[in-house]
Amino acid sequence: MMYTVDARGLSCPQPVILARKAIQSGRLPAQVLVESVTSRENVRRAAEKLGCTVQVEETGEEYKLTLTK
Amino acid sequence: MSERLTRFFASRWGIVAAGAAIGLLAPLLQKWGNPANMGVCVACFERDIAGALGLHRAAVVQYVRPEIVGFVLGATIAALLFREFKARAGSAPIVRFVLGILAMIGALAFLGCPWRALLRFSAGDLNAIVGLAGLAVGIFGGVQFLKSGYNLGRSQKTYPAVGWIMPALMIGLLLLLVFQVKVGENGALFLSESGPGSLHAPLIISLVVGLLIGFLAQRTRFCTMGSIRDVILMGDTHLISGVGALVVVAVFTNLILGQFNTPTFFGQPIAHSQHLWNFLGMALAGMAFALAGGCPGRQLFLAGEGDGDSAVFVLGMITGAGLAHNFGLAGAPDSVVEGVQKVGGIGTAGMVAVVLGLVVCLVIGFTMREKVEVRVVEGGSTATDVAGSAAD
Repeated sequence: MMYTVDARGLSCPQPVILARKAIQSGRLPAQVLVESVTSRENVRRAAEKLGCTVQVEETGEEYKLTLTK
Repeated sequence: MSERLTRFFASRWGIVAAGAAIGLLAPLLQKWGNPANMGVCVACFERDIAGALGLHRAAVVQYVRPEIVGFVLGATIAALLFREFKARAGSAPIVRFVLGILAMIGALAFLGCPWRALLRFSAGDLNAIVGLAGLAVGIFGGVQFLKSGYNLGRSQKTYPAVGWIMPALMIGLLLLLVFQVKVGENGALFLSESGPGSLHAPLIISLVVGLLIGFLAQRTRFCTMGSIRDVILMGDTHLISGVGALVVVAVFTNLILGQFNTPTFFGQPIAHSQHLWNFLGMALAGMAFALAGGCPGRQLFLAGEGDGDSAVFVLGMITGAGLAHNFGLAGAPDSVVEGVQKVGGIGTAGMVAVVLGLVVCLVIGFTMREKVEVRVVEGGSTATDVAGSAAD
């Protein structure tokens, strides 16, 4: 079962806040959907700082980040 | 290559480079003609643009600042080159407009945006410390709202033409200046003949520096509000390392150029030492920036890459500048009248406006909490959470 955070259309820091929440509540692995490169890099940085491995998949104009520990 | 550059700009060295570039170029702009301790100031420069258009008639602060045009278009160029130009809009624009107005009222009570606060600090103006403290407190308040689910909602992808409106407006402003448009003797453009508005670097230099800063800041997401917010929200020092670089480089540049003043509170260039209102003015600005998701510079860069909501915030700030000067809300600098030191600052109307502004920010923060759906897929049930309610 994969926990999914749909952060599309949300501006920073919302995607980061939601991703951190997923990580801190132990809901891993989790998927985070974002639309901008800014959000992609911000979520990646925040997740890696919390010890996660981040995989990025680009789908059209969106990015799907898979966070695992 | 493009991806590698993107990773560099997103790295700590990238943000440090952007901060250092601003720290070097802003004092140089001052050397080349911009007002004292105002090499770059987004709030002041938008206020000057409002004046040039006649949205306020304070004769000493009217000029079409090419730096602002450059910030937007530099960001547009960077976004196009790196395929990040995305037209989007629709995240509570009217709230962003109001936040822009309030941010400007707060910034003009202090006499500067966060960038100018840093530049003032880097030239010996101790009032900047008071202002920056207010800014941090305002952002702290904004972060509490963010943690408890404050959110202006999602933006939507929209027609590319929507994203081009702000860049087009900026090109229009530039053309007005280049052709020195003057409609009748008492008509716009209004360009200051004395005071800060009359002091400016040559057009082409201002524009090129603006473009360069806009380009770098779009790539690195440089944001003064975000730098403080990220530290408070999650102990992340990425953005603030850029701010640190700005200050260090600006101090050295000011020392070398002879622009570093003896550190005092009273009598610093285009500044006042009315401490409480320096603090509260920037607290208002800081909270408005935090609720809107970016400092004035960042809003310009976002507007340049197609964000219609940031563009509305920018227009709110320009409107706010008009209101601030027409209603006499802006701060007056310290002065010496017949040998007597006279502390400047804001009057009663300005004080009322700052307090009211803080109240409006609190109302916005308390009342706008959008539920964001968090889905559990692959057979799980759907859970709905308030965005960010459990952060930290």
